[in-house]
Order: sequence, then C-alpha cells, then structure tokens
Amino acid sequence: MKQTEEVKQAFEQRMDHTELMNCMRCGFCLPSCPTYVETGDNEAASPRGRIALMKGVVDGLIEPDEEVEKQLNLCLGCRACEPVCPSGVQYGHLLEEARDILEQHKQRPLHERALRRVVFHWLFPNHKRIRQTVSLLYLYQKTGLKTWVQKMKINQWLPKHLDEMQSILPNVPSPAEMKHRPAFLGAKQPVRKRVAFFSGCLMDTLFMSTNDATLTLLQLAGCEVVIPKTQGCCGALHGHSGEKEKAKELAKRNIAAFESLDVDAIVTNAGGCGAFLTEYQNLFQDEPKWRKRAEQFTGKIKDFSEILVECGFHKAVPLSMPEQMVTYQESCHLRNVMRISQAPRLLLESIDHVNVQELPENQYCCGSAGIYNIVQPELSMKILDRKMKQVQSLQPSLMVTANPGCLLQMRLGVKQAGLECDIRVEHLADVLLESVPQEMKNHGRGGENG
Amino acid sequence: MLKRDDLKKRLSAILGAEHVHDSNEMKLAYSYDATPNYQALPDVIVSPGNMEEIQAIVQLCNETGTPIVPRGSGTNLSAGTCPSEGGIVLLFNRMTEIIELDADNLTATVQPGVTTETFIRYVEEQGFFYPPDPGSMRISTIGGNISENSGGLRGLKYGVTRDYVMGLKVIMPNGECVVTGGKCVKDVAGYDLTRLMVGSEGTLGVIGEATLKLLPPPESKQTLMAVYNDIEAAAQTVSEIIAAKIIPATMEFLDQPTIEVVEDYAGVGLPTDAAAILLIEQDGPSEMVQRDLQVIQRICQAQQAIDVERAKNEEHAEKLLTARRVALSACARKKPTTILEDATVPRSKVAAMVQAINGIARKYEVQICTFGHAGDGNLHPTILTDARDLEEMKRVEQAFAEIFQKAIEFGGTITGEHGVGMMKAPYLKWKAGSSGLNVMQSIKRALDPKNIMNPGKIFQSNPDGEMIAE
Repeated sequence: MKQTEEVKQAFEQRMDHTELMNCMRCGFCLPSCPTYVETGDNEAASPRGRIALMKGVVDGLIEPDEEVEKQLNLCLGCRACEPVCPSGVQYGHLLEEARDILEQHKQRPLHERALRRVVFHWLFPNHKRIRQTVSLLYLYQKTGLKTWVQKMKINQWLPKHLDEMQSILPNVPSPAEMKHRPAFLGAKQPVRKRVAFFSGCLMDTLFMSTNDATLTLLQLAGCEVVIPKTQGCCGALHGHSGEKEKAKELAKRNIAAFESLDVDAIVTNAGGCGAFLTEYQNLFQDEPKWRKRAEQFTGKIKDFSEILVECGFHKAVPLSMPEQMVTYQESCHLRNVMRISQAPRLLLESIDHVNVQELPENQYCCGSAGIYNIVQPELSMKILDRKMKQVQSLQPSLMVTANPGCLLQMRLGVKQAGLECDIRVEHLADVLLESVPQEMKNHGRGGENG
Repeated sequence: MLKRDDLKKRLSAILGAEHVHDSNEMKLAYSYDATPNYQALPDVIVSPGNMEEIQAIVQLCNETGTPIVPRGSGTNLSAGTCPSEGGIVLLFNRMTEIIELDADNLTATVQPGVTTETFIRYVEEQGFFYPPDPGSMRISTIGGNISENSGGLRGLKYGVTRDYVMGLKVIMPNGECVVTGGKCVKDVAGYDLTRLMVGSEGTLGVIGEATLKLLPPPESKQTLMAVYNDIEAAAQTVSEIIAAKIIPATMEFLDQPTIEVVEDYAGVGLPTDAAAILLIEQDGPSEMVQRDLQVIQRICQAQQAIDVERAKNEEHAEKLLTARRVALSACARKKPTTILEDATVPRSKVAAMVQAINGIARKYEVQICTFGHAGDGNLHPTILTDARDLEEMKRVEQAFAEIFQKAIEFGGTITGEHGVGMMKAPYLKWKAGSSGLNVMQSIKRALDPKNIMNPGKIFQSNPDGEMIAE
C-alpha cells in the first residue's frame, strides 16, 4: 500500500501535467496504433487511452495497479501516434517517464532483478563486455556447438520465441575483427563533408559488416569519417525500459565523446539508436548545463541515408542490381521520431533495374520494437503475422530495413513463413554497397588509421 | 441497480466473460470522450457481437435500472458518450461489418461499428458515393454518426447523416427490436421513426443495423483557396456566393490563429499571416464545375481576396481539406484546453456571427479561434484556455452562453452537428422553447420510462439521475 502511495506521488510530481492535458482526446491517433488495432480496438491499448491512464493516476482517479502497468508495458513505443497527432503531444516522453516511475518502485523477484542488472548495468554500458558476449556467440556458431545443440534438441528447452530468435542471428565476426575497429577513414572522393560515426554497441559487433558497409558508403559519398573510441551504447534500451538514470549516464558519455569533434554531422545507421540520440536533451530537464550540451549534440544527429542524399551519392555513383522487386519496411523510430522517410526510398529508387514497391501498411511497426519481441512475445508475433500477410501479398524478393531490430524481426517472419529462399531481408547500407560497382568499392581506398 | 458483481456475472452469462470488463484500467479508458472536462467511470464495459446479444443486454439493464451508454469511437464533442452515473458502456468493436451493398437500389447495409472512412472507401471502390464526412471520419463509426446526426465538410450541398439513413434496426429500451424504414425512397407508413432515432444521441434505443443511401459519384471536382486580409470580407464572400445561387460542395472558413496551428501540423502551405482563408470545393459535371469556379473566383476578388489559388491537383485538394479536418485538435498546440462549440446560424448571417464572436472574445478577454463550415452557417468557435485557470474558465462559460444567445437571436441554433449531450443540455430550452422541450421529454418518457438509455444527455438530470421536468 505504501508503495502505491509512493507511485502516485511520483506520478503527481514527475509527470508533465501540461503535456498530459495537451492530449485533447480527439482520437486521431487510434488507427495508427498497432496495439489498438491488434486488440480489436481496445481504447485502453491506444495512445489516447494510455495517456488517460497516466492522467488518471496523476488525478487520483485510479490506482496505479498491475493492470495499468501491464497496459503501459504493452505499448510498443513505436510512436506512430506522434506524427498523426494534430495537437503535437509528445507521447514517447510521457511513456518513458511513466515507465521509469513504475520500474523504480517495482519489487521484482530476485532473479529478475539480477537479470536486469546484468543486462542494463553490466553488459550494455560496457563495449568490451558486449564484444566478449558476442564472441561467445561466435564460438557457438563456429565450433559446431550450434549444430550439436540443434541435434541434441537442447534448444527446445528455450521458450519457443527465444529459440527462434537465436536461429536467425547473423553470422558474427571473429573476436579479433571486432577488436580492431578504425578511428578515422578518409574520403574516397573529393571531400564534401567531415562527419563522425556513431557505431552503436550491437551494430559494431553483431552487425559489424553493416557498419563497415555504412562507412564505405560515406567514404564513397565524399565524407571523412571520425569514429571516436570513447563512445558507447546510446542508452535507448535503458530509456525505454524504465532505467532513466543509466540512460543519462550513457548519454553524458556520448555527448562528451563527440562534442569536441569538428564535424558537420554525427551519423547513425540504426533508427532506434538515432532516434534516442536526437532526444538526449529530454533526459536533462533538471540539469540545464547538460541540457545545453545535449542540444548541441542532438542538433548534429543524422541518419546515413540523409547524408548520402545530401552528398548526392545516388547521383554520383552508378548503382545497379539484378532485376527484382524491392520494398522498404520503415523503421518506426526513423520515421516517427527522426521523421526520415523519403531518403531511404530515394536511394533505393536510384538503383538500376530495381522495382521499388510500397508494402501496404508499412507505417505499422513490425513488432520488434527494441526488446518487445522478447518481453511481449504474444502480441509481437500477432503484429508480425499481420505484417507477413502484407509481405506475402506483395511478394518482393528483397525487403530493406533501416534498423537491426526490424531486420531480425523481418527475417524471423520470413523464416516462419517458410520464405527464406524467396525473400532476402537486408539493411539499407548492405543493399546500397551491394549495388556499387566493384571497381569503385576497391578504388581509391582512403587513409585508414586504427 | 444491481450490485456490480451480480451485473457482471449476468452480463458474462450473455456475452462470455472475455467480452465483459470491469478492471480499473478499462473503466478509466471508457470514462471520457473528446469533450474537455467531462469524465466519469462506468461500472462495466461490454462488447456484444450481434443484435441478439444487444437485446439481452438491454433487457437486463431495463429490468435492473442500469444506465447504458452506447459508444462508437468516443470522438463526441458534447460529452454525449461519457458515462454520467455509472452503468455500462456498450461498445460496437465486434460489430464492424458491411453487410450488403445493393447496387440496384443504391443502398448499403452496415453494422454500427464500421468506421466512417472504411465505409466511404469501400463504397467508393465499388463506384458509389456516401457524402457525410465528419471531421473525425477516420475514427468515428457509422453508428455514432447516426446517433449524433453528424455533419461534415460536404453538408452544404449534400446535407448531413440524416439525409442518408433510409432504415434502421433499433433495440428499444424494453429490449424489443424495431425495424424502421427500409430501401424504399418513398415510405410514409406512419411516423418517421428513422428520423426520430437519427440524432437521438443514444437516449431512445441502441442502433443495431443501418441501411444507408448511396449516390453516384460526382464526375469531377475542383478546389480553390481564397486568402483575405479581413476576416469579415471572407465571411461576406460566403453570403455572396450563396446569393449568386451557387451551392459549392464545401465552403470552409479558417481564421488566422487556426491557419497558424493547422499549418504548423500539416505543412500544406497555408498563408499563416492571412486574416482568414476560405477553402471552396465544387463537384459535378466538369463544365459546371469550371463555370461555378469562375464565378466564385470573381466574387472572391470582388470581396477583396488578396489571393485566389486553385488546388494543383486532386492530391493537393485532398491535403487542404484533410488539413481543415484537424483544425480542432491542432488548436490544442496553443493551450492545454480547447473548448469548441458549433453554434450555427442561417448562412446569410455568417458575417454577422463572425463579427459577434470576435466582439464576445474581446468582451470576456478570451482567445477564440474560429473555423468551420461557413457555407452552411455551422461555425466552430473554439476557446483556447487552461482548465486549471478557474477564473478564466468562468469567463469562458459566460462567453459561450453569449455566443449561444447571439446564434439564437440570428435565427440559429445552439448546435449544428455535435449534439446536445451533457454540455449543452442547460441551453436546449433556449432553442426548443418550453413547449418544444416538453414534447421531447414526453417522447423520452414514453419510450424509456426507466431512463436507462444514456441518461443525463440532451436533458438535464437532477442528482438522482432523473430528468429535470420543464
């Protein structure tokens, strides 16, 4: 009971009352919300409903009970409700604050607490540990252990969705490759821009080849690329899971790592990370000095697709692929938070012989949503099934994504549908590099300085 | 009324427990609609799947004296779908089917939960046209549109929902199902119960099925935007166009503060420094559309429009009108609370009404954005305020009362399309008069003696939930 009182007080003190009132309950957000649609139009599972729940707790109309918490956790955080909100309500910030309050007052069982500590405090903030963990995955994949596990059917002990997840992970680079990452790359064309690259934690290990592809594209577009070593995880995972303090710590580290660099932009290639980086200033409502530093940092964040278009990469480089139908599945955070939607399409359309078709409902989340597919497997799979129906009606041979979570989720969907041989799922950067003429990839390799 | 647990048990027996909810979270989610400052928790929320289940629910509620609040998507703007004294909220989220499209009779039959836009899209794909297009059509349901007799942007030329409802299946408060009207264009068999039910705001029964009239689609359409430095010149243009015997499909008015917030959201290139704009659309055979637009353009210019611009193409036109549809919600960008009314006047009085509204805003020192369906005299003066500022809220109330008074003075009405609900119940007498209110209350008493259907709406209730008699 005491705890409920504390939660109520925290809602009253910490939630932005004016922002809660800015939702005038017109309901324009409802059709954009995947959980509203998938739950058969349940108002409580809509953005308007969730804001009303938060306000209900603030106003003392309802207790912050388990149902309320469950409902707030059921939200994907895809933020598709924000671009369609005529009142401009910042739903994402309200949700993050509410989740943080609930998490801070939650008494989890010991094993959950331990797991959260390991993931949020021990693993992600430390790039070396991420690398070591991914290296274990490398050993698992390369030593035959994976085959053995599958033969012995040990994987069946895992919950079904986790087993499926492990089966679609990409082939991991070797520990040595992960350790030796460049710190500077020169342009492969006359210099147009000097940019910094945000490598990310999983992107620079599990998806290292995509990072390499992105870097090469930037070089080909005439960018000098600085990659500061002191950067780390963006903290999105923490921010979305009620670990705001840790997110702030990580944000400070990244701001410090990039702020002294003389660059035109800080480039990301993962919608989820990029979006969180562009909102660092919101973490520092009570720390004006850091807020100011954060604003300078966030002002420079750009998705690599924007930079490539700005540099005229798609006009300068003759891109080409075998004839095929391609579709672009939006990354929610790239579209709804960074508001980037045209650049990736423009780049894809510039590839010769490629027929770019729109996937119906591609503004809907795929159900990956950070770690949503791990913590909310049931609804996540329902949302993925809906997505796959659209994919099957379009039948593209290549699906392009702009975020690692979406990439894995769509690979999972394709695998579940038995379409692995028919549909490839790739990151935009890998697709673009694939369509660059071979001689250009090798030619004029810029200075490298590890 | 039954104890909540018993009520829940009996409802679960009818519907299955998965369609009956009474958690805190669900009660809160169904405690409001789009009307500011109204909120009350229901006891139970139910989702019937068919007419028979609705009948059983209504019978149970009648027997036990439990209030029923029918609710579509909760976009109501007069607190008409807000619970007022507990009871059940009745949802239609499992009744969303388009049952039939009868091309020979130009009708469609639907379940009440289908959303307006889904329905409009469907009939358009089949080569037909359903004109009522309320601002919230992306979300609103046909059942809600019928219960509120919703209007929309095309009301000027095509009328409102009432003009497209040909027949209904209604579950009356005693649980009986009444079939009204049908597919006949002419039908004078007794009282027109269809028209009685349309716009009855859920106070007389539950709409379980509707047969709607369809039109052949217009051959072509064209949209133009006229920009003004003077708000009253824009309003005068509206009267001049009607006087020239031209009835455009749409004639929308936005004043400067509204233009600013709408442009901020939609980014469609509206002139944010103009005092007012008119968005005018005409449809029909292309020669007629061309001719009308030329005349309209001349009238706009004669009324000192500083710019008259035609939409580049259909997509651009659609963008302009979509931008207009979000005007109310966009106003919330300015202040935390936006309260909107839809006082309506005969169209010849639009200029005078706009002038009066501006005067009232000055008198009570409140900020009013005005936009609306100028062509049919249906204005949407919206006060931007903050519900936490109690002193200002008092002035807001006074300003609205005076706007209603003015509208009635001009031969208008207190609400053109949003309904009376709870919000305007105190003012209904001004429009209907004592005897008019008496007739309405007699109908309500005769059909719903226990006052279970959406109590507190249209008519004011006393604290015991009984209608206050005239």
